[in-house]
Amino acid sequence: MDRAKELELKKIATEIRKSIIIQTASAGSGHPGGSLSGVEILTYLYFVEMNIDPKNPKDPDRDRFVLSKGHASPLLYAVLAEKGFISKEELKGFRQIYSNLQGHPDMKKVPGVEMSTGSLGQGLSVANGMALAGKLDGKNYRVYVLLGDGEIQEGQIWEAAMTAAHYKLDNLTAFLDHNGLQIDGKITEVMSPEPVDEKFKAFGWHVIKIDGHDFNQIEKAVNEAKTIKGKPTIIIAETVKGKGVSFMENEVGWHGTAPNKEQAQKALEELQKQLESLEVQG
Amino acid sequence: MAKIATREAYGQALAEFGEVYKDIVVLDADLSKSTRTEIFKKKFPERFFNIGIAEQDLMATAAGLATCGKIPFASTFAIFAAGRAYDQVRNSIGYPHLNVKIGASHAGVSIGEDGASHQMLEDIALMRVIPGMVVLSPSDAASTYECVRLAIEHEGPVYIRLGRLGVEEIYKKGELKLELGKGIVLQKGTDVGILATGLMVHEAIKAAKMLQDEGFSVYLVDMPCIKPIDIDLILDVAKVTGCIVTAEEHNILGGFGSAVSEVLIQNYPVPVKMVGVNDEFGRSGKPEDVLKYYKLTADEIVNKAKEVMKMKK
Repeated sequence: MDRAKELELKKIATEIRKSIIIQTASAGSGHPGGSLSGVEILTYLYFVEMNIDPKNPKDPDRDRFVLSKGHASPLLYAVLAEKGFISKEELKGFRQIYSNLQGHPDMKKVPGVEMSTGSLGQGLSVANGMALAGKLDGKNYRVYVLLGDGEIQEGQIWEAAMTAAHYKLDNLTAFLDHNGLQIDGKITEVMSPEPVDEKFKAFGWHVIKIDGHDFNQIEKAVNEAKTIKGKPTIIIAETVKGKGVSFMENEVGWHGTAPNKEQAQKALEELQKQLESLEVQG
Repeated sequence: MAKIATREAYGQALAEFGEVYKDIVVLDADLSKSTRTEIFKKKFPERFFNIGIAEQDLMATAAGLATCGKIPFASTFAIFAAGRAYDQVRNSIGYPHLNVKIGASHAGVSIGEDGASHQMLEDIALMRVIPGMVVLSPSDAASTYECVRLAIEHEGPVYIRLGRLGVEEIYKKGELKLELGKGIVLQKGTDVGILATGLMVHEAIKAAKMLQDEGFSVYLVDMPCIKPIDIDLILDVAKVTGCIVTAEEHNILGGFGSAVSEVLIQNYPVPVKMVGVNDEFGRSGKPEDVLKYYKLTADEIVNKAKEVMKMKK
């Protein structure tokens, strides 16, 4: 990836981080930590990789993205607004009674949301269904899904992992947002799913490990996945929960707590500084 | 007359409609021989997906296929479809109102020897409280065929309750035409109304005959569509007869009888007696013996009819 492109993506990512803070702060609820950790992954998918058109959100040939960890909805909404599927004005209504932006994404209310999610463990199966349909119809679209690392404690993930390998769904790429934390603490202390890479390998997947905040590594992994035939790919992305906001980083308490007014202001100031430093570089 | 289980008719119907509707795909969870989706699988192997013993994955995979314009029939035993995969049915199918059809076989105690762990007596209750879910419960082969047709023609989630046990023909295929939300009047009468669904329609027919032999006039209705329910017909039966017996192979709590009572109590209250399983789990035995043990019989419908007639004002 050339430097200019990377810089541009970093700026978008920082704007998305700001939006996550604004949405959760104005709602007074929501999940900032796991939204911030997945920012680069979604930024890359939506602004570089995926064939999607906000003017034609139901194009049968479009690539699909399923946010299996549905509580990261502020991240998805921010990306959809940045991309033009919804207005930025709408983001202010996040989690409010009059708004379409439900606490967890609702495909019937928001254009660009491919699946209603929120009950953990179900998104990978849904993505499998989309990938199977693509194969059946001879379509070339690809299906992407973002899983949380706590989420893979759900047994259904492993049912779906078997199905994806069994049906050789090489049109499916899963990302694991491996930030190491869940509501009750470190995932390795609550219920360790490790070694995640060996487990997916054993289930018949192609496994790639990357730094989930590095656009170059994300790009390389996504491109590698497209060359793999006969099996699905999982990109295990090492990430930092709360990434980009100093006092949120790696703090388990920011899983499902919204920043108050002062905290939000502090976070936004930090992010603004990051943005300004990117402007200087650009 | 040859008996045909509604699950058998389901498998045949899928294979038949699969010719016309190319978007139909069928999924099963390692029970295709029992749910009879095997019939579809043999004809359209490319449109059949065995998901293995993984019902949660079965339901959510079907949801994913539906988002891409397919008409998936997710098929397994009722105990797994409505029970084990409840959250998947609610959240991945019901909440986004996806066009998934759930073929739930082996419902009720008449599965027999497998016993309580496999005898689903709560599925009508569980499925009918999911907003937007259509709940169908055919009584014979022809009505099963019609229920599959209704499911295909309806855009949205549909639960079809099917039985394992062979049952006699009530209707002739080709002559029966079901409508969503409509019951079937088998005969009109003035003393008591009997509303039955699924397997119990057969016992209700026998019960009506027995009551008539004793001089009672019976208004007899088959209700293959539990949701949306035929409010007009229920009210007509109530107004004409003044008392109702419901019959279902399900827990009397929350099921078909409850659905009928909800309509009556809000519109035209009349006394109701319910024939069903009295808030118990099932037990192993030959299907006929189990049905008798839980009093899912014509005799019991007759008893309840006599009781409810005495309650009339």
